[in-house]
Amino acid sequence: MSDDLRTAPGHQETPAGPQAVPAVVPPVSPLAGAAAADEADVGEPAIATQRPGANRAGPPVVEVRRLDVTFTGRGLRRGQDAHAVDGVDLQVMPGEIVALAGESGCGKTTLARTLLGLEKPTAGEVAYQGSPLRYSSRALKAYRRKVQLVLQDPTGALNPRQSVYEAVAEGIRIHKLRGNEEELVARALSLAGLRPPERFFLRYPHELSGGQRQRVVIAGALALEPSVIVADEPVSSLDASVRGEILALLLKLRDEMGLSVLVVTHDLGLAWNIADRIAVMYLGRIVEVGPTEDVLANPSHPYTKALLSVAGEGMAARTTRPVLLKGEPPDSTRIPDGCRFHPRCPALASGAAEAAGVAGACRSTDLPIIPAAAGHAAACHLVSAS
Amino acid sequence: MSLLETKDLWVTYRTSEGDMPAVRGVSLTVDSGQTLGVAGESGCGKSTLIAAVLRLLPKSTKVTGQVLLDGEDILTMNWRELRAVRWAQASIVFQGCMSSLNPVQRVSKQIAEPILLHEKIGEKKAMARVGELFEQVGIPASRMHNYPHQFSGGQKQRIMVAMALACKPRLILADEPTTALDVMVQAQVLMLMSDLVRDLELGLILISHDLSVLGQTCNRAAVMYAGKIVEEGPSAVVFGAPAHPYSSALAAAFPTIGDQRFRYAPSGLGGDPPHPDDLPSGCTFHPRCPVAREECSTVDVELWPVDSGHRAACVLVRDQERALA
Repeated sequence: MSDDLRTAPGHQETPAGPQAVPAVVPPVSPLAGAAAADEADVGEPAIATQRPGANRAGPPVVEVRRLDVTFTGRGLRRGQDAHAVDGVDLQVMPGEIVALAGESGCGKTTLARTLLGLEKPTAGEVAYQGSPLRYSSRALKAYRRKVQLVLQDPTGALNPRQSVYEAVAEGIRIHKLRGNEEELVARALSLAGLRPPERFFLRYPHELSGGQRQRVVIAGALALEPSVIVADEPVSSLDASVRGEILALLLKLRDEMGLSVLVVTHDLGLAWNIADRIAVMYLGRIVEVGPTEDVLANPSHPYTKALLSVAGEGMAARTTRPVLLKGEPPDSTRIPDGCRFHPRCPALASGAAEAAGVAGACRSTDLPIIPAAAGHAAACHLVSAS
Repeated sequence: MSLLETKDLWVTYRTSEGDMPAVRGVSLTVDSGQTLGVAGESGCGKSTLIAAVLRLLPKSTKVTGQVLLDGEDILTMNWRELRAVRWAQASIVFQGCMSSLNPVQRVSKQIAEPILLHEKIGEKKAMARVGELFEQVGIPASRMHNYPHQFSGGQKQRIMVAMALACKPRLILADEPTTALDVMVQAQVLMLMSDLVRDLELGLILISHDLSVLGQTCNRAAVMYAGKIVEEGPSAVVFGAPAHPYSSALAAAFPTIGDQRFRYAPSGLGGDPPHPDDLPSGCTFHPRCPVAREECSTVDVELWPVDSGHRAACVLVRDQERALA
């Protein structure tokens, strides 16, 4: 399989299997905080001094293996099921920030929802700390305490008639956390940067700014001492000047508490700002994955290149004309044969694929799934050929 | 003469809680074949500004100053003259293409409506025009009789652009025209708008909170804060080498991919934009300004020239200018 995939030198072996015991780590490691938090409810968060905070030796905190999520439903004819996620391997290591990027309709939100146990996989599995997720309500409840969700629009995520205190305390009550509720709420609020926390207890969402609301949502997640936060477009509804503050908060939480974050976004600039690794998704598959520096500074898949060319290139003067892909992302009820990107692929259209002798393969041969532990890899016939 | 010129435009909303000045003395110009980008955070008055240009604000709103379209003041026009200007001289593309189209009416009919109202031509000719407009925005004319739900988001936004072009206006005001769209589709729509501006010699005001959108499409850019223009100039300069601390903060919030300075360093600005009924004294930006001095809380400076065609409202720029003089 590795012949078909371009694998960067930094290739890593698949970490220990599902039954692996978390490695013992020296206390200076950023993982110490996370491990302590996991084992013994909550200790004081350890302070990390270095970046990236990921400890690649342990098992992934969350992982999906050969994940398929297929929707059938009214309006879809037989044989026209929507393959929202169509074979994805992805890992999030302890203390790692992973960005999942792609256009709308590429399946990134479905993948995130499945990771949270909100959708059941049609095939494949979700694993937490190496063991497969079980879907009994008791198991899910425990799981959802450890894997928390932060949504795009904080105004929609907060109940307008609930005070900040109530919003943050709700999860604490549902999960019957031990300890003084007021202290737990105060701690979560100050971790989320709302200080002094007491000042915010009795405020209502409409009295807060957009950035503060998103901090309340994050505090609600932090109150449960999660090991992973899944953030679906966490800043795209916020103002530009506030955006950086929320991203800085996510980085800080990772550094200080060893929190892992999976951030679902269409914004490659966001990935460049905070993500250790990035996975680019197209039509239900990951088409390129790797360390953010490698993927964004040196993209190999034509799709990643096209996305980058239209991404907000900061304020630097644009030097290259953007690569405009024709049409919109095709729909997941009709995944093209061969490489699923080939109908829109600029490399195929320009004849580059023809010249490399892979045009036939592009049109007819499906690409293998990129293994989760790959370093920098792209699912592309042209890349494998060169 | 400029295509559009606003002179000291003030817009004040009258609410039960008192007067809210949303636009405070904005003067700007747009020429044919030119795109002016207006950037700023929500609540800075950028949408109010273009609504004021076509007098689309509630009756109770107090508007002062001048809005000159080809030298004629829109603010003093009577109803009849104003109707003639809307659509035919200047039109608007709104953000929510999903909600701007009537879902139970064929698209062709919706685009033909302003044509039939504004021009003395028959339905047949109007429909032929709709077909041309469709081709112009890159949708096959054969689809013009479809209903809105049969189009994708990007196509609907293209239809909104086609609609704005229906009566051959010379000025288009676009309020966040691509915000609801995907990056790739956004790039397609922006490219289309740039081409139309060039080919049809249109003037375009493009409003966005997303500087990367403005940087890609605009010749000139203006940055608004709390109802005022704080910096104005060629877009490459305003976003690439901003002179006002607020523009710098805004520009820094959009990282350059590949630039190590932005890696693991998301940049933000503390605090929140001020509310129009509670504006800070002096320079309205001073409570959030990283380089504010003592005088900033009392002195509100006007726009000072930085370079030719580049102005910024900041005491730093003023002092520099004075030192040179």
